[in-house]
Amino acid sequence: MNEITKQKNAKLVRILVFVVLGMFGFGYALVPIYDVLCEVTGLNGKVEASAVKDVGYEIDKNREITVEFMTALNEATAMVFRSEMKKLKVHPGEYYTVNFYAENKTDKVMVAQAIPSISPGAAAEFFKKTECFCFSEQTFQPREGRTMPVRFVVNPDLPEKYKTITLAYTFFDNTEASVKK
Amino acid sequence: MSAVVAEHDDHHDHHDHGPAKGLLRWIITTNHKDIGTLYLLFALAMFFVGGAMAMVIRAELFEPGMQFVNPQFFNSMTTMHALVMVFGAVMPAFVGLANWMIPMMIGAPDMALPRMNNMSFWLLVAGVLLLASTLFMEGGAPASGWTLYPPLVLQTGNALPFAIFSVHLLGISSIMGAINIVATIFNMRAPGMTLMKMPMFVWTWLITGFLLIAIMPVFAGAVTMLLTDKFFDTSFFDAAGGGDPVLYQHIFWFFGHPEVYVMILPTFGVASTIIPVFARKPLFGYSSMVYATAAIAFLSFIVWAHHMFTVGMPIAGELYFMYATMLIAIPTGVKVFNWTATMWKGSMTFETPMLFSIAFVVLFTMGGFTGLMMAVAPVDFQYHDTYFIVAHFHYTLVPASVFILMAAGYFWLPKWTGHMYDERIGRLHFWLSVVSVNILFFPQHFLGLAGMPRRIPDYAVQFADWNMISSIGGFIFGASQLLFLYVVIKTIKGGTGEKVTDEVWEDAAKHSLEWTLSSPPPYHSFTTPPKVIPTEHF
Repeated sequence: MNEITKQKNAKLVRILVFVVLGMFGFGYALVPIYDVLCEVTGLNGKVEASAVKDVGYEIDKNREITVEFMTALNEATAMVFRSEMKKLKVHPGEYYTVNFYAENKTDKVMVAQAIPSISPGAAAEFFKKTECFCFSEQTFQPREGRTMPVRFVVNPDLPEKYKTITLAYTFFDNTEASVKK
Repeated sequence: MSAVVAEHDDHHDHHDHGPAKGLLRWIITTNHKDIGTLYLLFALAMFFVGGAMAMVIRAELFEPGMQFVNPQFFNSMTTMHALVMVFGAVMPAFVGLANWMIPMMIGAPDMALPRMNNMSFWLLVAGVLLLASTLFMEGGAPASGWTLYPPLVLQTGNALPFAIFSVHLLGISSIMGAINIVATIFNMRAPGMTLMKMPMFVWTWLITGFLLIAIMPVFAGAVTMLLTDKFFDTSFFDAAGGGDPVLYQHIFWFFGHPEVYVMILPTFGVASTIIPVFARKPLFGYSSMVYATAAIAFLSFIVWAHHMFTVGMPIAGELYFMYATMLIAIPTGVKVFNWTATMWKGSMTFETPMLFSIAFVVLFTMGGFTGLMMAVAPVDFQYHDTYFIVAHFHYTLVPASVFILMAAGYFWLPKWTGHMYDERIGRLHFWLSVVSVNILFFPQHFLGLAGMPRRIPDYAVQFADWNMISSIGGFIFGASQLLFLYVVIKTIKGGTGEKVTDEVWEDAAKHSLEWTLSSPPPYHSFTTPPKVIPTEHF
């Protein structure tokens, strides 16, 4: 192999190694890109992680939407978690408050985070919460149980085809991760 | 055309030498032919390891109820079978073919980066051994399916970090192999070997090389995120910390869809090499083949979410991914048309490589059609995660990639070894394989349409009959492959005793440069560039 070919090879390899590093970075860049896309489009049932301001909507008394409430825990989270009602018929534009009950079943202080999810995903952007226990981590004393409210409104702009919206919460025990922080 | 015999160039300051003596030759070698042989033999060994795992799967599914293995181990088998076959057998086999054939096809003395070539092979061995070692770890080998979806994969026992590091090693190995191949094709071509004169196999590997360079780092990133999620408290895919498991599926399939073309594009290349030789005609539509390959590679990057129609995508997303996926049928159709047109009115003979290649064209087309069925988003909900998808991708991999690898073996073994293989056993191997592969996979379409899910060790009784037939086909197919092993060993040891010519196949030298070398070719070939470049494929 002559010197010119060797130099050409070395140059090409350098370029290709940069492409490799770039693509490794691109894999990580997909994480924020994905979040931004979900936020912009309201897809994937991702909901705002903070409270929205109270807006006075025009209440549409002619329309009724069923909002279902689901609660879930995984086996690693030693809690009781339930909603005070399974479903509620609501009018778009009107504010409602629903209570959820959560209880720490362990003898230790527990820091837990509830993660909301809304389906169908495309309805997520029309479901607004002014108050929710999911906006921040909740600290439970040993064996403490408490009732926590969620105040929400369905934006009257919700397309006609949606008759039912499901709001699901999963509580995760975040004690270990929080202690480290 | 006269044979161009490689001659030692006296003006070189380094002196050419033959292979090193003893076993050390295979460890320290930087010769493209040695490394090609290593890759091919390793891939063949892994083909039998992965095949043995498939036999466990088919034995367990022979009848309903639990027979031989527990469900956890069964799921490890489906996962490991896929990982071993993809990363240990099919991909290395094509890299091995690239190592052997590309320098000889483009008139180069060796690969561009011979030392890196050696390293990428031994990293592959290390990666596969690390992966295999997880079988013996507490908690068993990964059992989440080869896609390694979280959160399920995070429940893997001690094996998780080892499986992830093994993916890293395999990824680095393929990236190095790909960089080497791209550099060889760009910089090492003999004078006169322009890009549009290169054999199709070289073209398909050039494009595959770029695919690998683009996607393997993304996969490495995805599994690294799994690793940090599990051990370093990140939350890329952990809903509790604000992450999203669906994100993993997007990143994985951004890698995963081009990855399946990494396995099929070189397959197309070999088929385009073999069919013209036995049809005794130039390849029909050479330039359209090149553009079709490039088009398929481009499309592979923008269709990934068709693997995840059921995650709850909006209708606009489903429509986009559905139509984009269907577009792939156009360049693929061009290819199938061109292979058929190459055979049209050709003076065909049906030696074993040609038999496998014709079976490839027919059966791959069937696999492609079931792919089109699943591209239709609304009906995909019925097919998703059933045996229908299992039937689909096995049709595009086994009677396609694997058959073409067999064809390549029969086609080039006489060139590599200088001995003729036993045509009688080759044909027996072909007929047993082509019949049994259909008994094995065709009934799986019916099972899937009837609702049998994939990755389960037990099933409802109504699926019993077709599963039994499928298993019988599987056992015949598995056993038939031992014939191939026999043929390979026998050919290496002297074959039929018939002396093969340099061309081996009638007029093969018109098609590609490797047939102008002696059989077997000298250890160092084309140390001086060939003077005549075959151009007949126009």
